[in-house]
Amino acid sequence: MDQIFGIPINAFMGQLLIGLINGSFYALLSLGLAVIFGLLNIINFTHGAQYMMGAFGAYFLLNKLGLNYWWALFVVPILVGATGVVIERFMLSKLYKLDHLYGLLLTFGLALIIEGIFRNEFGSAGLPYSMPSQLEGGHNLGFMFLPNYRGWVIGASLVVCIGTWLLIEKTKLGAYLRAATENPKMVEAFGVNVPRMITLTYGFGVALAALAGVFAAPIYQVSPQMGSSLIIVVFAVVVIGGMGSILGAVITGFGLGIIEGLTKVFYPEASNTVIFVIMAIVLMIRPQGLFGQR
Amino acid sequence: MSEVVLNVSGLQAWYGESHVLHGVDFAVRKGEVVTLLGRNGAGRTSTLRSIMGLVGRRTGSIVVNDVETIGMATHKIAHLGIGYCPEERAIFSSLSVEENLVLPPKVGEGGMSIDEIYEMFPNLRERRNTAQGTKLSGGEQQMLAMARILRTGAHLLLLDEITEGLAPVIVQAIGRVIVKLKERGFTIVLVEQNFRFAAPLADRHYVMEHGRIAESFAAAELPSKTAMLHEYLGV
Ligand SMILES: Nc1ncnc2c1ncn2[C@@H]1O[C@H](COP(=O)(O)OP(=O)(O)OP(=O)(O)O)[C@@H](O)[C@H]1O
Ligand SMILES: [Mg+2]
Repeated sequence: MDQIFGIPINAFMGQLLIGLINGSFYALLSLGLAVIFGLLNIINFTHGAQYMMGAFGAYFLLNKLGLNYWWALFVVPILVGATGVVIERFMLSKLYKLDHLYGLLLTFGLALIIEGIFRNEFGSAGLPYSMPSQLEGGHNLGFMFLPNYRGWVIGASLVVCIGTWLLIEKTKLGAYLRAATENPKMVEAFGVNVPRMITLTYGFGVALAALAGVFAAPIYQVSPQMGSSLIIVVFAVVVIGGMGSILGAVITGFGLGIIEGLTKVFYPEASNTVIFVIMAIVLMIRPQGLFGQR
Repeated sequence: MSEVVLNVSGLQAWYGESHVLHGVDFAVRKGEVVTLLGRNGAGRTSTLRSIMGLVGRRTGSIVVNDVETIGMATHKIAHLGIGYCPEERAIFSSLSVEENLVLPPKVGEGGMSIDEIYEMFPNLRERRNTAQGTKLSGGEQQMLAMARILRTGAHLLLLDEITEGLAPVIVQAIGRVIVKLKERGFTIVLVEQNFRFAAPLADRHYVMEHGRIAESFAAAELPSKTAMLHEYLGV
């Protein structure tokens, strides 16, 4: 009973847990990308940098203002989301009349600038962010040891993902968002301030990235390049799930995290590439992605 | 003579480089049903889109309830109490029938209640839980596109080709709806290809050609205008 498919159950469960943790980040980040892409039709290449800003935000709040992790969970997404609002208002909104390529180039350039500034200021070495004391330690579940903080991240990400999905699918605000995703001009002709909705949607997607950054701070080192390495995988997740699909982003995020974790158990050599292999296969068989329409 | 709720004068409009309206002038008084007739490409849809601020650029004057709207953002124009039913119907596939129906926000007082709307369009009541608005038949989608602007308190309705491609019984049903709406005091601009549908409903007619109003006449003058209409509309 202490083996599963010939693998020690502890190792199996351990990797499953790591997969779920990574999946939480993939899901949160690709959810933000999907929300933004749906309404703005822009692939937000700044997303990784905004995730990194979230982690740094938590670090600054703690070390400069003495505001702990729980404060950071609320304050940082609002602050970083506000920078997103500024970016949309003063830069992205000027580009909607042009080809989408320009939005992509702008967000890519912004990512390089933001990461460059942080690297200049803080170097490439990671800064430590200590775990909130309430979530130190862990529980022995019998078949494995679950660190409390990791359990928290998985649970909280799930709640945020499901909450976002409910917001979009079940509320009036979400109905405006879905309708404007299909036909923004018509929604505006009904009297809805669509430009403002677009601004706030971008801010919301950015806030999700920042929240993921706060979640990440105690697990990974807080460093300027933490976003750029993660975001490549997240883009693959988005391609697999299908651009713009909210539910698709969440399910593929968690699913691919788990697949990646289990690959580490069964065939460790492929664990870094398995997501890209899946992406290639999906692109060949179903180019619109698993949950994409068309 | 009752008050003018819509006054368009010297309206020019462009889509990018292409200049499609060349000085449109017309006015609609409270409670009137007025048609914009004309051949394909005459500029009727563009006129309605210009009123809503949905063209690339427009100049001239469009006064709605005494407010000049030529420089206004689309979402503000709607709040002057306009309901727009576009030629392509624009039912949302990611919204259920009922979500489509209740989507447009309030833009004025005295909109119809959901029950009154379902009474006017019984089919929609039956199909209200359909998950995708676009799963409705063409006729039902047309009814939905009209029904959703009756709830909002809009008193000026811009209806673009609401009978296009529909079976005769449905066209008749829509005709009865227009009569009821007129009785309720709605002001209606009807863009129509189907003159036989529009003729008995309207108080006055405007004929467009090449992005201008070419002719206008009251319903009572119709018998003396048939030869001219044949020429303009090719009917
Ligand atoms: N999006 C657009 N871009 C460029 N030109 C357009 C666009 N929409 C319409 N036009 C042009 O503007 C002119 C007027 O078109 P409009 O749609 O207003 O005509 P209409 O009277 O509604 O005719 P119908 O609906 O029967 O085709 C036409 O010459 C048409 O080709
Ligand atoms: Mg037309």
